[in-house]
Amino acid sequence: MSLIRDFLDMPNDSTQKTVIVATLLCLVCSVLVSGAAVALKPIQAQNKALDKKKNILQIAGLMQADKTVDELFSQVEARVVELESGDYAKDIDPNTFDARAAAVDPTQNVVLTRAQDIASIKRRAKYATVYLVRNAQQQVEKIILPVSGYGLWSTLHGFMSLSSDANTVTGFGFYEHAETPGLGGEVDNPQWKALWSGKQVFDEQGNIALDVVKSANPDSPYEVDALSGATLTSNGVKNLVHYWAGAHGFGPYLEKARSGGEL
Amino acid sequence: MINKAQREVLVDPLVDNNPITLQILGICSALAVTSSLKTALLMAIALTTVLAFSNASISSIRNHVPSNIRIIVQMTIIASLVIVVDQVLRAYAYDTAKQLSVFVGLIITNCIVMGRAEAYAMKNGVGMSFLDGIGNGLGYSLLLIVVAFFRELFGSGTLYGYEVMKLVKNGGWYEPNGLMLLPPSAFFIIGLLIWGIRVWKPAQVEQPDFKIHEQHGH
Repeated sequence: MSLIRDFLDMPNDSTQKTVIVATLLCLVCSVLVSGAAVALKPIQAQNKALDKKKNILQIAGLMQADKTVDELFSQVEARVVELESGDYAKDIDPNTFDARAAAVDPTQNVVLTRAQDIASIKRRAKYATVYLVRNAQQQVEKIILPVSGYGLWSTLHGFMSLSSDANTVTGFGFYEHAETPGLGGEVDNPQWKALWSGKQVFDEQGNIALDVVKSANPDSPYEVDALSGATLTSNGVKNLVHYWAGAHGFGPYLEKARSGGEL
Repeated sequence: MINKAQREVLVDPLVDNNPITLQILGICSALAVTSSLKTALLMAIALTTVLAFSNASISSIRNHVPSNIRIIVQMTIIASLVIVVDQVLRAYAYDTAKQLSVFVGLIITNCIVMGRAEAYAMKNGVGMSFLDGIGNGLGYSLLLIVVAFFRELFGSGTLYGYEVMKLVKNGGWYEPNGLMLLPPSAFFIIGLLIWGIRVWKPAQVEQPDFKIHEQHGH
């Protein structure tokens, strides 16, 4: 007890007391911070996983208010695709594979050259998780691809859902971005997202034709109206669609799917 | 129940000594998070919590803080509390926390928190400092909610996410004012509020720093 008494009685500005106060404060604060982080981590991870599933379901159009996300998600099958070859990587477990973590891991990623990197993502994982939605006859109805790319302020992360022809868009949306609310943030606007349904990614020659343009012709299968007041975000969205549909993204995989390969 | 001094500490910062309109502190986050009521409300709760507890903890050790590391000690306590609040929000209010993104973390640099620690908590007891934190937090909250009310109503035609004025794009009549969703609109609203409050309470009007001399004819 006398130790504590001595400490409290020390003159506040003595070097000793300064060091002791600083050390004690750091100890207490670090225990508090790490305690909170560790204790809350499981709930946070759950939230994140749930949010991602919810987004996949929303984009696939499978969301129902009366069922839980996990129940609904049982219709969705996750598969890991090797992007370069477009084949399924059967030895990787889709439930544990995390493409976003792999993209920053030098042993698992590919650094893109400036010419390849139209979506400004700098590097991508060698593999990606795709989600397949099957109908009652076990045939693939929808292919849901993870996409990402840089907008104006942030990297947009989202999903694009294609029908089984690997060409017609059936849904599109982002689950994470930090664009300006009301301008670029309108990528979340349900009306704008609805514009994507029914558009075609590739033209008849198999070139990427889908474009985000100002005053788009609503009858054209290749044009989506850009967001007003958000030219850079709109360009970012266009670029990321072009990148992920292209040769360095899901191009090889979609090519195989279009020519009737196994899904 | 509560005595006069405690009441004053709690109520004073609402209008008479509002941290935003009179002390002009914490403007930055007031611009950023007020585009909808939901984010403003969550930010208000987060800031009030941090402010109350940082004031209380700083006050509890105020007699033993060496004055030369005083500011660092305050910052460390504030930063730790902010991280804890951020973690809690991410666990229990995930969707809104996602919208607030970086601004919860930026409570660390919110001048109100440092300002109250330095101006009040370093000189007053724990209980009073806690109340002062709550009071100033409520002052900040009140302003945030008023600003967010106007911005969300005129910018999106909704209040707390519920449709109030049907937008043209949804087949209604209201064409939203896009400016209201941008940070400068908060500047205008806060400016008008300061004007309004100073008309109501002329005591808040500052004396001019200098006077222009009257011209004398030669």
